[in-house]
Amino acid sequence: MSLFDVAFYVLAFITVGSAIVVVSSKNIIYSAFALLFTFFGVAGLYVLLNADFIAVTQILIYVGGILVLIIFGVMLTTKAFDVPIKTETLHVGPAIVVTGAIMGTLFGVILKTRWFNVLNVQWDGTTKKIGERLMTDFLLPFEVASVVLLVALLGAVIIARREKVKS
Amino acid sequence: MLVNLSGLKNVGLEHFLIVGAILFSLGIYAVVTRKNAIMVLMGIELILNSANINFIAFSKYSTADLSGHLAAIFVIILAAAEAAIAIAIVLNIYRNFLTVNIDEIDNLKR
Repeated sequence: MSLFDVAFYVLAFITVGSAIVVVSSKNIIYSAFALLFTFFGVAGLYVLLNADFIAVTQILIYVGGILVLIIFGVMLTTKAFDVPIKTETLHVGPAIVVTGAIMGTLFGVILKTRWFNVLNVQWDGTTKKIGERLMTDFLLPFEVASVVLLVALLGAVIIARREKVKS
Repeated sequence: MLVNLSGLKNVGLEHFLIVGAILFSLGIYAVVTRKNAIMVLMGIELILNSANINFIAFSKYSTADLSGHLAAIFVIILAAAEAAIAIAIVLNIYRNFLTVNIDEIDNLKR
């Protein structure tokens, strides 16, 4: 078992274990903090897959942006003074059956398919190549994504803005 | 059986795909079972992360170019936009209904 394998199993254990905590914890604050470890584990998996730029982007945007946004949402939408912050669940039995069926199907497909698996390329630094691809082949999606971000942030501000009460 | 497990000794494409499948199923479970809208949002983030793992694993092992990385970047961009909009909507719902339990907000059904 090589060092790569050991690193993979450790990171996969962190990722899957903390994801289980996310979906099973009763306290929504614990879920949010377990999601932090899930995001870091996924970033580690990206590093193992030679995706350095994506790993840094994952940490910057997911941990620095989305997770902070989620924690703000938790704090702003719960009455945190009187009761511990519990979330309820419903349909647990049928949900376990259905998601177990989905997971079994995916496992069967993954293990039965003979993937085109011979390539194992090693890039030394993907940032420059990603930038070149973004400015040539993916130029239109890149510009459209910038417009989408602008419109989404403006829309979020307009939706969440507190209306002035006319008195 | 037809399942060939001999390729699983060394860590390869299948291992990353299996981690992605587990994360996807857990995300679906969170979306289906939780009442709190923010927990549903966390489940959606798990699903998007699993999709990104698959993109990057295929990019390294199967296509050997960076198209998967570009797709992952666009997924992350859309996840950021989606999270901002969703949090804004959840805050607005909380201001109007004083709850974020998505099974109590059924005004359209009445």
